[in-house]
Amino acid sequence: MNVAEVVGSTAAIGYGLAAIGPGIGVGLVFASYIQSTARQPEAARITQPFMWIGFAVVEVLALLGIAFGFIWQGTIP
Amino acid sequence: MTGQTIVLAADVPFPPTVEDFFLPSIVPWGGDNVWLTKITLLVWLSVAILIVFFLWAYRNPQMVPTRRQWLAESIYGFVRNNIAVDMIGREGVRFAPYLATLFTFIFVMNLWSIIPFAQISPMSHIAFPIVLALISWVLFIYLGFRKHGIGYLKHALVPPAPWFILPILVPIEFFSNFIVRPFSLAVRLFANMFAGHMLLLVFTLGGFAMINSNVLLAPISVLSWAMTIALTFLDLAVIALQAYVFTVLTASYIQGSLAEEAH
Repeated sequence: MNVAEVVGSTAAIGYGLAAIGPGIGVGLVFASYIQSTARQPEAARITQPFMWIGFAVVEVLALLGIAFGFIWQGTIP
Repeated sequence: MTGQTIVLAADVPFPPTVEDFFLPSIVPWGGDNVWLTKITLLVWLSVAILIVFFLWAYRNPQMVPTRRQWLAESIYGFVRNNIAVDMIGREGVRFAPYLATLFTFIFVMNLWSIIPFAQISPMSHIAFPIVLALISWVLFIYLGFRKHGIGYLKHALVPPAPWFILPILVPIEFFSNFIVRPFSLAVRLFANMFAGHMLLLVFTLGGFAMINSNVLLAPISVLSWAMTIALTFLDLAVIALQAYVFTVLTASYIQGSLAEEAH
């Protein structure tokens, strides 16, 4: 008798794990931007493109997780 | 009659798969032919809309802009001033036409994912982002070689660092500048559109799947469809953001190639 059974794709678990890092990273990017604009409001426009670049570079890790989750889909038998 | 479930849509296949992105062809209707699908149609429509809109807006330019001229000018002005000049500097004006084309094309292509009856973005097929990323990749490498000659390789690959660390740094720089850059540009745009479409599918079809399995789950189905509407607005933000990010990153790579001294 099976006490607990897990069926389906392991990619779901893998993506959950893969999203932790980028989640923290994106949080840090925006936290730093808010902090810097609070300290120096006139610098907001200068630092904004760099915030988006940083955000995009970090975010792509989570998106790679989505893409690779579909490419290397393993299933628990 | 008891035990009969309300069938809103017969046999909704619940977990949406990658297959849902490969739509049947239009001519012949419903066939396997890939030459004219909704995706192809939407790409041609995007191109047509952009050409017609900008020609129409500039047909009879006035000193005091008319409303349509103002719209076209503010889009172009945004890319020119806030992306090209801010990122590249004064010589960035040269690249404003390319960047503006890139921005508007990606924006319109992405926008199809939330427009009723279209509701899928051609960008959710990786072929289209790959071509755009390759154009940007060739552009910044070409500009680098034209500006620095063969010295561009040193400019791009050899950072100012002590000699004994260079054997590690040079391969890393090569990998990140010439391989990861185009790859991440393409995958970022593709995966955002893919994930956005997938999310909307999960919440829409999930609502049907729940109401089909048990009528008592109907309130949760309604919640699921409400989430779909909320996520559509989130998708709108992602659409504009990805068009902006792709353009800004292209501009920053161009700036890197044109910079006088290394980094």
